[in-house]
Amino acid sequence: MEEIFQDIIIKKSDDYIINMGPQHPSTHGVLRFELCLLGETVKYIIPHCGYIHRGIEKMCEKNTYQQIIHLTDRFDYLSAHMNNEAVCLAVENALEVEVPERVKYIRTILAELNRIASHQLWWCAFGMDLGALTTFFYGLRDREPILDIFEESFGSRLLHSFNCPGGLMHDVHPNFQKKIKDFIKYFRKILPEYDQLLTGNIIFQQRSIGMGILSKEDAISYGVTGPSGRGSGFKCDVRKHHPYSAYSKVDFKEILYTEGDTFARYKARIDEMWESLNILEQLVDNMPAGDYTVKMKPIIKLPAGDYFQRVETARGELGCYIVSDGNKNPLRVKFRTPNFSNLFIINKLASGNKIADLVAISGSLDLVIPDIDR
Amino acid sequence: MDFNIYDFTSFTTWVHNALTSSMSPGWAMFVELAIVGVVFIAFYAVIGLYLVYAERKVCALIQNRKGPNRVGPFGLLQTIADLFKLLMKELIYIKNADKFLFNLAPFIVIIASFMAIAALPFAKGLHAIDLNIGIFYLFAVSSLGVIGILLAGWSSNSKYSLIGAIRSGAQVVSYELSVGLALLSIVIFSGSMQLSTIVESQANGWWIIKGHIPAIISFLIFLVASTAETNRGPFDLAEAESELTAGFHTEYSGIKFAFFFLAEYMNMFIVAAIAATVFLGGWMPFHIPGLDGMNHVMDYIPPFVWFMGKTAFIIFIMMWFKWTFPRLRIDQLLKLEWKYLLPLNLMNIVLIAFIVLMGWYIK
Amino acid sequence: MTNDQLKEKINGWISGLEFPENKQYLEVVVPAESLLKLARLLRETPETAFDYLFCLSGVDYGKQLGVVYHLESTTHNHALVLKVKTDDRVNPNFDTVCGLWRTAEWHEREIFDLLGIKFNNHPDMRRLFLDDEWVGYPLRKDYKDDINIIER
Repeated sequence: MEEIFQDIIIKKSDDYIINMGPQHPSTHGVLRFELCLLGETVKYIIPHCGYIHRGIEKMCEKNTYQQIIHLTDRFDYLSAHMNNEAVCLAVENALEVEVPERVKYIRTILAELNRIASHQLWWCAFGMDLGALTTFFYGLRDREPILDIFEESFGSRLLHSFNCPGGLMHDVHPNFQKKIKDFIKYFRKILPEYDQLLTGNIIFQQRSIGMGILSKEDAISYGVTGPSGRGSGFKCDVRKHHPYSAYSKVDFKEILYTEGDTFARYKARIDEMWESLNILEQLVDNMPAGDYTVKMKPIIKLPAGDYFQRVETARGELGCYIVSDGNKNPLRVKFRTPNFSNLFIINKLASGNKIADLVAISGSLDLVIPDIDR
Repeated sequence: MDFNIYDFTSFTTWVHNALTSSMSPGWAMFVELAIVGVVFIAFYAVIGLYLVYAERKVCALIQNRKGPNRVGPFGLLQTIADLFKLLMKELIYIKNADKFLFNLAPFIVIIASFMAIAALPFAKGLHAIDLNIGIFYLFAVSSLGVIGILLAGWSSNSKYSLIGAIRSGAQVVSYELSVGLALLSIVIFSGSMQLSTIVESQANGWWIIKGHIPAIISFLIFLVASTAETNRGPFDLAEAESELTAGFHTEYSGIKFAFFFLAEYMNMFIVAAIAATVFLGGWMPFHIPGLDGMNHVMDYIPPFVWFMGKTAFIIFIMMWFKWTFPRLRIDQLLKLEWKYLLPLNLMNIVLIAFIVLMGWYIK
Repeated sequence: MTNDQLKEKINGWISGLEFPENKQYLEVVVPAESLLKLARLLRETPETAFDYLFCLSGVDYGKQLGVVYHLESTTHNHALVLKVKTDDRVNPNFDTVCGLWRTAEWHEREIFDLLGIKFNNHPDMRRLFLDDEWVGYPLRKDYKDDINIIER
């Protein structure tokens, strides 16, 4: 057991400690890294979280299943739809409700749109972390059409609590399909620009290739999922291995890179955007007509027992664990959020590297802090 | 060649004679100094503010935005409004800072850039001092700024500032070498360190054309090294806002911050002006031997415009760098200098010496 | 391995374990003292090779406190749910599994923080989200906070 604990941090009294955060441009939220520096080199990193812990899991115990959905938006706000979906699927599976095909298709389309939007924002912020400030505007410009699609259909751009157990709140806007098709056309044309601006840049490649190498074994042991895990060759795409909604009906690749460095994680995300476009293309034309929801009882009571639902968010695997005792409120809800597991690899990846690499590595893990703190 | 229509020598001599005839030589000197000081302060403020404006516009152009466009026509008054904002802002009092050095640092930075302007030839006869070791002077003075940066980082008693200052120190000291050696190549070509002589030597063609390959190599090295020396992106490690929040000026606010900010832009102007003077012929118009008609038209464009145009071109290139490249890491930065630029530069100088010896350049 | 084979295998290691009904995953309730032994066997036996701990949750069942481990094997693609429960609400403690799955270290810290379950031999058993001076464990059913929790 001792050799597994190699990365345990031993503090010394003469360490040069610097606090990165809670207010810092590159922690992307209120996270604090306690860094020990040796000149420019980082000796160890202790992440301190909890600055925005809101006790969502405790709140869930006091609320009904319909109400929980609105809380789930708030942890990984960039994958709001997938978070909603996790709870809805868990409840639907527990009640053994079969949702209409149309709902499955719409949910999958929304999840992929949301994934693209999230990766775009990640790309912006990652470029900023490395000092390429122009990426920010390119990414945000292309994210706008997606948010417009969301706004048109659900009235909100970021946190759209559009799912409910049994289906959707209401049907999508008539323009939905057309706008998505326009977006696919637009984004297929614009995505190579991302490569031109950042991927091919020699400085960027020097900063990212071979930096912060995460081995496959570590990725599995630390539970690093999503594009970060797949950059290390960890086959963890829930969409592929435990398909839900309409993912079993589409043909798509699981993006895998084996290098495990910052560049592999970067490429995994860029390729995922292409793959999401493919998924969207397959779904958007075949959206079946039908109901947007099934009739559910106004008060949902899950039969006593445990229910677990795994969903692939933009950052990795989200697990929604519901323990029910047969009441209208759950006994316990636990969210296994991807960023919670992804965060704690940072000491292993970045210690021994420079401060600038720490910023690049934490950027490549794509941390969203409310998702850690819940 | 006839530059007499734009020759400022007669104008400055006239001013000098008028002053000495009406007062003692000591007073005349004093008044001249005062005039030069006032002109430079005004020039400094205008250039500084409009460089900030230019940077914002260039950045907006690259980033598909409009940039400042609300205050005044095309947003031209935006930076002036910003200046007033900065003037009115509170100067935050830092409890554990070394107060004397903390207050001194912005002035050192700004004075260093002031001193460098003095030697720049803006047009024929239009420079404050025409030192016979002009390049050497510029080179010495422009590296003084790093003392201010180091003091700022050390005295503000903040770890981010300190790291930023250390980085800046390492960076400026290393890149100084490349800047110096790149300029030296033109000194070999022109055989003089006096800026006015260097400019005069380019009357029949700019050094970047006359000196062909080695001069172009020197120019590129100078461009990279001087960008690094002024702490601008992609070499802005001293500020590196994603790592060190703001580097050495993290703890500064209000007008003291504005001093650093202005000095950064002025340094950019100075290195661009040096590059324009040394490599691109300074205020010399663009001439193609043989095409007399065009050469005459070029002569009618005032030298000041030529000088500022060339400087603006180089500034634009430097801004373009900043807004498209990611930032280097400190070890990569030093590796670039010591492993690539410096050996290349030294070999280039040997090559130039050989070329000059054999006379293989366009005379 | 199918669920029946897994059941057989686990029964071969430790007899008398309870396998409650669960539609999704095979579920095992382990006594606290044999948790680490079973976890180690599940992790290290090549036929089971549960190398991915995809969820670790602490649950307050009202009377009992429990910890639920969701395990998956990335090579064999089978999953298993381990449960440990204790009646001790004053000083509940289990063995840590963070030597087997490193992700457990922070999940266990979270559980310690919010439910007050201690993990023996854990390398860094501190609160994760809350202050070190915080009194009580918020996710417990009997936690009272007059200011922040509105009782309905």
